[in-house]
Amino acid sequence: MIPAAFDYAVAESAEQAVSLLGEHGDEAKLMAGGHSLIPMMKFRLATPTMVVDVGRIDDLRYINVGSEVVSIGALTRHAELEHSTALAESCPLLAHVASKVGDPQVRHKGTLGGTLAHADPASDLPAAVLALGGTIVATGPGGVREIAAVDFFTGYFESVLADDEMITEVRVPVSTGGWSFQKFNRRAQDWAIVGVAVAESGKGVSLINMGSIPLRAGAVEAAVAGGASPAEAAALAAEGTSAPSDLNAAADYREHLARVLTERALSAAS
Amino acid sequence: MAVMGTRMLRKEDPKLLTGEAKYVDDIHAAGELWMGMVRSTHANARIDSVDVSAALEQPGVVAAYTGADLAEGYWIAPLPCAWPVTPDMLNPPHFPVAVENARYVGDIVAVVLADSRYGANDAIEHVVVMYEDLPAVTTVEVAASGDALAHPDLGTNKAYSWALDPDPDAVQAALDDSVHRVSARFVQQRLIPSAMEPRGVLAIPSPHGGDITLYSSTQVPHILKVMVAATTGIPEHSIRVIAPSVGGGFGAKLNVNADEILAVALANKLKRPIRWTESRSEAAMSTTQGRGQVQYIEIGADADGKLTAIKAHIQADLGAYMQLITPGTPLLGSFLYTGVYACPAFGFVCDGYFTNLTPTDAYRGAGRPEASYAIERGMDLLAAEVGVNPEEIRRRNYAVGGEAFENWESPSGLVFDSGNYRPNLDKALELADIAELRAEQTRRREAGDSVQLGIGMCTYVEICGLAPSRALGDLGYAAGGWEHATVRMLPTGMIEVVSGSTPHGQGHETSWAMIVADKMGIDPAHVTVLHSDTALSPLGLDTYGSRSLAVGGVAIAMATDKLIEKAKAIVAHQLEASPDDIVLDEGNLMVAGSPDTATPIQSVGFAAFSAHDLPEGMEPNLQEQVSFDPPNFAFPFGTHVAVVEVDTNTGGVDLIDYIAVDDCGNQVNPLIVEGQVHGGIVQGVAQALWECAEYDDHGTPLNPSLMDYLVPSPTEVPSMTVDSTVTPSTTNPLGVKGVGEAGTIGSAAAAINAVVDALSPYGISDIEMPASPQRLWRLINAAQEGAST
Ligand SMILES: Cc1cc2nc3c(=O)[nH]c(=O)nc-3n(C[C@H](O)[C@H](O)[C@H](O)COP(=O)(O)OP(=O)(O)OC[C@H]3O[C@@H](n4cnc5c(N)ncnc54)[C@H](O)[C@@H]3O)c2cc1C
Repeated sequence: MIPAAFDYAVAESAEQAVSLLGEHGDEAKLMAGGHSLIPMMKFRLATPTMVVDVGRIDDLRYINVGSEVVSIGALTRHAELEHSTALAESCPLLAHVASKVGDPQVRHKGTLGGTLAHADPASDLPAAVLALGGTIVATGPGGVREIAAVDFFTGYFESVLADDEMITEVRVPVSTGGWSFQKFNRRAQDWAIVGVAVAESGKGVSLINMGSIPLRAGAVEAAVAGGASPAEAAALAAEGTSAPSDLNAAADYREHLARVLTERALSAAS
Repeated sequence: MAVMGTRMLRKEDPKLLTGEAKYVDDIHAAGELWMGMVRSTHANARIDSVDVSAALEQPGVVAAYTGADLAEGYWIAPLPCAWPVTPDMLNPPHFPVAVENARYVGDIVAVVLADSRYGANDAIEHVVVMYEDLPAVTTVEVAASGDALAHPDLGTNKAYSWALDPDPDAVQAALDDSVHRVSARFVQQRLIPSAMEPRGVLAIPSPHGGDITLYSSTQVPHILKVMVAATTGIPEHSIRVIAPSVGGGFGAKLNVNADEILAVALANKLKRPIRWTESRSEAAMSTTQGRGQVQYIEIGADADGKLTAIKAHIQADLGAYMQLITPGTPLLGSFLYTGVYACPAFGFVCDGYFTNLTPTDAYRGAGRPEASYAIERGMDLLAAEVGVNPEEIRRRNYAVGGEAFENWESPSGLVFDSGNYRPNLDKALELADIAELRAEQTRRREAGDSVQLGIGMCTYVEICGLAPSRALGDLGYAAGGWEHATVRMLPTGMIEVVSGSTPHGQGHETSWAMIVADKMGIDPAHVTVLHSDTALSPLGLDTYGSRSLAVGGVAIAMATDKLIEKAKAIVAHQLEASPDDIVLDEGNLMVAGSPDTATPIQSVGFAAFSAHDLPEGMEPNLQEQVSFDPPNFAFPFGTHVAVVEVDTNTGGVDLIDYIAVDDCGNQVNPLIVEGQVHGGIVQGVAQALWECAEYDDHGTPLNPSLMDYLVPSPTEVPSMTVDSTVTPSTTNPLGVKGVGEAGTIGSAAAAINAVVDALSPYGISDIEMPASPQRLWRLINAAQEGAST
């Protein structure tokens, strides 16, 4: 639980962070809230030799609600999403999901950009952004690009983000249709054993911890679009998933939970 | 001013809550070196080679040692086990650093010393150890089968067999003749104690004087001092042990650990301070664990459900080595397998087995939660078999018909000091509103609600106030069970209490001050308590086994009485009265019936100090001491009721209400009692619902971090109803019993009884701990499949 030695630099801006990443290559890691990176470093699962602290770039802490899109700065804390009335009115799913992450300390440190970049299939907010059909804005040496959330995650803790790119903004559509978030865990502070996020009465359905990446439940969405009942649609929730097995749950139990939680979420959101 | 029984806020809290308190890790010594432990990654292996040369090249590294390097000249004996429970018990030598074989994942195989914690932890990654794997014994049942040997050289895994079974044939005959019989196998999974403050040590040598001061996050500085001397050969009077603020222990700091001996031995050799603080993952692998038993219990009853016989057989998972009280821990429960019940025939056998897992030892309740679980789960099974509800089967079997008693000889032969079980049960059931709960349960069952309600109870008894020294001697324990106290009045009238009892969160400074203040009729703020440092408090046997108040607190009360007697003699002399005529009233000594003679007792301190005018032959100063050896244990009891909701679609369990009515005799401070009960309940429910140290087939720990080992937080437990009945103990003059472990002893059984109750419509009669959602889901599935085929 003692991290290996590393150098540390504070970036004052996204541009500076990107240039530090360029200088240090894949030996460098950005640190936002540090609540995923530092535990990994303590277990020595991550041993960056350079940590670039972007946690103080306050310019990237904002929630701007437009007529169709909500733009959120990458360094916005989970707690800020949770307590924003503007977000509660424009995209209640995202605000609610933020309130279910970990415990208050985690929510006051963890950032939206950080949790997306970390690409943990067990995390909550990536699934919400996915169900909402959000977009991730990344800044790299060549400028800024936009990546649809569905194209962002590529594998367990992996994304399309390049080593020298930084997430600077996250965009989600204004979404006030029926929504629900079902998170099943054994202690309130834990990651979901399985979770389901539903946006717009089932137009967007995503699954947490049912594969190596946060997943869209395509079969469920199609069934809902075709007029299926929550129970009928939810029966398809495990289709196309590859649930992991661990101490809390074997794959078959996860598949069962996915169906149960999806039915609850669809019922609540309809 | 009555102080006893009031809800005084704890004196120690401001210091603890503001960070002013110093834990071992906060204390530093110039020139200190950090130990980094290289720990075996294999559960059972021959150590072919250990190469520390690359580690020695790392920045800041001062030295590195293999087990072989330390085999000569650092210690004179292996780590101690104080409790050889049978004369022929096997106890393979256990040295701080393994030499030829590593016997569990976490066993130390090399030590690196560096000038920083980071340096030490970087360097240990450069130590190269070559292992040759041996088959690992990873469960107690594998150990019992003998299919693999934890210590091949012993030729067996069985360390001992211990029986409290005077007439096995009679027990068997009684069982055979019983109208109702139930039998069960229960698994007490291994638990990781997880104190808030991890363990840590700092050994500071005095380079020229030859003395050594050991700071350790320990519950037992006095025992540690003796054992450090016996293990390292350093003369006992050259050793001082200090337990500074200690953030919880739960039994896992009631030990003599490899790191403590290593720190002292290396500090003594190098003449430099040596320190170490465990990481959470190290704690999970190498600090002793709790429970670890497979229990078989058979219960017989007559047609009315009255007990005829109880037979218990347990297999105890001792782990890889005997730590301080490893072998005796399961036996502390042996006397409680008949619970609070009258039962004419009883037999108990415990077989202790070595496994290639972390050693087990005391953990809050130590043997008693396991016993309480077996009998209280068993009574629910019996209730179902007889066809009465759980409270009825208990009422029918209570000792002395559930009436108040003193000095009742229990089936195990121990004499219970006092009890009054029926009113205690009634109070708990009333607080729980059991009738309304059952009605709601019926409504949900009839409606086929997917969320079912379960109500579980446990009427426990425990053994506290460890312990009469003779009884410990009879059990083969190496030490006594007395406690020491000194009470002195300083010249200005302030009081210093010196206690041999060592707090690590219990609030001794408050309770001890209250006892003294109450007796003298003075302000508790005028009493300070010195403890946990063998130089300040040279005599003591420390804190474990819910013994502090019932033994240490009583010693303080007795010393206070002696001091008051001496003060009376001084005042009588000053007033030219007879000491027998002097009374103490609200802090004033006076001739009975003559308030004009009132002399504040606190003024006597100066008279005793100046000694200008003391009775002929009286020694100056007001200081009295007592070593109290209790004549018997104390037997607190209580009723716990757990209410759970089980979501039958997910298997999720929600503890929605909890009612505890504990009887710990007279209470010094109900606020502290409640705190102990709250924490104890959560710790017991944690075993029932969440915690389990998991290992794979190779003996590798699967959840050695707080991310995966599920210690509950306040969000997982409801607001609890905690109340009490008061049945004073006859064991000691304060009438107190002890409450440190009660919550844990009653709660695991109550919680599981509740979960089983919720699922009884499915024909489910038992659930292994922890009752995880996945486990419940599979049981429900199997029950439904069974029903549909
Ligand atoms: C006790 C605990 C409980 C938790 N429980 C939950 C839970 O229930 N649900 C849940 O979803 N999460 C949970 N988390 C994780 C938490 O939400 C993390 O804060 C979050 O996953 C990561 O955000 P961060 O800002 O802390 O990222 P960091 O830890 O700083 O970084 C994580 C990774 O992302 C990279 N990174 C960070 N910011 C950027 C960026 N802007 N651009 C590119 N890369 C970046 C870093 O280099 C690093 O690789 C928990 C964490 C803890 C410690």
